[in-house]
Amino acid sequence: MGPGKSHGNVNGVLTIDRAIIDAIVAHSRRDHPDEACGVVAGAIGSDVPRRHIPMDNAARSMTFYEFDSMEHLRVWREMDDLDEEPVVIYHSHTATEAYPSRTDISFAGEPNAHYLLVSTREPDSEEIRSFRIVDGVVTEEEVNIVDATVKA
Amino acid sequence: MAIEVRVPTILRSYTGGAKIVEGAGDTLIELIDDLDAKHNGLKGRLITAEGGLHRFVNIYVNDEDVRFLGALDAKLKDGDSITILPAVAGGALGFAAAAALMGK
Repeated sequence: MGPGKSHGNVNGVLTIDRAIIDAIVAHSRRDHPDEACGVVAGAIGSDVPRRHIPMDNAARSMTFYEFDSMEHLRVWREMDDLDEEPVVIYHSHTATEAYPSRTDISFAGEPNAHYLLVSTREPDSEEIRSFRIVDGVVTEEEVNIVDATVKA
Repeated sequence: MAIEVRVPTILRSYTGGAKIVEGAGDTLIELIDDLDAKHNGLKGRLITAEGGLHRFVNIYVNDEDVRFLGALDAKLKDGDSITILPAVAGGALGFAAAAALMGK
């Protein structure tokens, strides 16, 4: 993504509403010890994540996640109809750090998305980190959690 | 015979940026060969060296995952709409084990 396309965020930062982060953490805790996964949609080109969509982990695994292919199609079509794109794609690691694994890097296929990882290995605190993954190259970015950019 | 194909962002470098392209073929593999003739290199992103569907992509005919329609042998007809999406998957597991788990 070129610098001119970034409206909601300066380069190297994911700006995201606290209510959405809270919902992602709650989803990750609910599915623990399995990995949780989902999307936050936003208007195309806005780089602003607005609509949280928790997805099923079709693999139901503690070490792997995979979107259900039919849910994936339905949600991507819905975004298309609403002129949205996946601004954030998130998943949890339940026993390791919130850093992309080689598997995460191999599969990362949305070059415009922020890949958000949540580690739930500690019972009372979460590690939340965000990355760009483009052509196998991982770039960590700051996570800027803000209040009330999204109506609850 | 025209079949509409929706191309995801990550593969639009092969289609000159086009989000929707047209192709022809009686089966998915014929369509992919036709697309590759117009958009050189696309086939390699959809099909492995062994000739199977790549696990990094999901391909749909209308509303159905082609894996349930005979994969590369899936029959196509005029007016069908094909959607290609990058698979969203990953996790802490090592890559080889993850690939085996997906069974693709």
